[in-house]
Amino acid sequence: MTQTPEQSVRKVSVQCTLNGQPTEFLAAPYLSLLEVLRETLGLTGTKEGCNDGNCGACTVNVDGRIVDSCLMLGAEAEGKTIETIEGVAPAGGLHPLQQAFLEEAALQCGICTPGFLVSAKALLEREPDADEPRIRLWLAGNLCRCTGYDKIIRAVEKARDEMK
Amino acid sequence: MHPYQYIPATNITEAVSLLARYGPRARVMAGGTDLLVQLRGERYELDAVVDAKAIPELMALTLAKDGALSIGAAVPCYQVYEDEAIVAAFPGIIDAASLIGGIQVQSRASLGGNLCNATPSADGICPLIVHSGVVTLTGVGGTRTMLVEEFTTGPGRNALAHGEMLVKIDLPKPAAHFGAAYQRFIPRNEMDIAVAGVASAVTLDASGQKIESARIALASVGPTPIFAKKASDFLAGQPATEETYAKAGEVASTEATPISDMRGTIEQRHHLVGVLTRRTLAQAVQRARGNS
Repeated sequence: MTQTPEQSVRKVSVQCTLNGQPTEFLAAPYLSLLEVLRETLGLTGTKEGCNDGNCGACTVNVDGRIVDSCLMLGAEAEGKTIETIEGVAPAGGLHPLQQAFLEEAALQCGICTPGFLVSAKALLEREPDADEPRIRLWLAGNLCRCTGYDKIIRAVEKARDEMK
Repeated sequence: MHPYQYIPATNITEAVSLLARYGPRARVMAGGTDLLVQLRGERYELDAVVDAKAIPELMALTLAKDGALSIGAAVPCYQVYEDEAIVAAFPGIIDAASLIGGIQVQSRASLGGNLCNATPSADGICPLIVHSGVVTLTGVGGTRTMLVEEFTTGPGRNALAHGEMLVKIDLPKPAAHFGAAYQRFIPRNEMDIAVAGVASAVTLDASGQKIESARIALASVGPTPIFAKKASDFLAGQPATEETYAKAGEVASTEATPISDMRGTIEQRHHLVGVLTRRTLAQAVQRARGNS
């Protein structure tokens, strides 16, 4: 994700709400939101997997919808409300999804985990009764090469039941 | 990657004047789910990306009182499939809007972008063709319209002229006893590119037993999505039976001009066109019978 040496275009100033905080940043207009989060803002919880919209590792929540942050420009964040994995846990604790992922061992290498958590949180906020097929379909845009998915699905179901 | 400007346009006049000024060095961005990947992969260089999502006409999604549907070129897929009235009236469009990419991609990707990107395998184009969709293109010189099937001209190529942009896609009110469906074949359950896809639309007579007219379109089996005219013409006046659907599948298969590639062979794709034509016709007829 290195920038080209030719910086012929001017940086743009962007104001947004990031994990509940008013945030302003200056970034080259062609940088993805993922690059801005990780490199400009130092929020490295959001991971780069494929960088072309297949794997979902970079999933963030923008105005209530999950998006792949590699498929959105940082400049597009102007005026938006964004939540990353850093905004998922309440102060001093874990989100029920994070706790369930730990208890169900729903992760191994961990690269996909922030994306799964942000996606699953958006689902349970919209559909608190989501059943297993719905959870699997919703998470189809998040790939995991380690777990075989079953443990992730069980963790989401467990969090769903505990959040009721 | 070549550095480019990001320019959010707020109206069509501004957008087309930017396109005219930059020429091929600028492109319109809707969801960006294809454009940003292509730029990163250095398939081409741009000096400017013109964001269309602040242009009201491109974000308008309207189901008119008379039953016609107008889809702004940058309306994301989720807005289409989360609208209950559109889901009820245009299930053939919903088939495609709900299977392009995963939820993350559907938050941004648009049917208009799918159409402009013009890949032969696009899931969104064939359903628009069988609904007799009409595109509205606006440039500095004015506005023109054309049928969706005339818009794609080759892999990644479309009919947009220099300085012109897609504004919206209009689908006429479905006739009484009209039904449509889209299905594709992929080797997994979600998140893949069609090996082959078929959209079918039928209008039945009042008895629901005879096909008055039909439109069939084929994806991923030629350089562009293909309007299968012979199969469509064959169906007019035929009884709505499995035998008819199978024959239409045979005709449609002769209209496919597939290649062999990493996703499938010529033989498999011809076969899939037959199978998917049969299945989508059966589904379209079922939907038409519910639409009295």
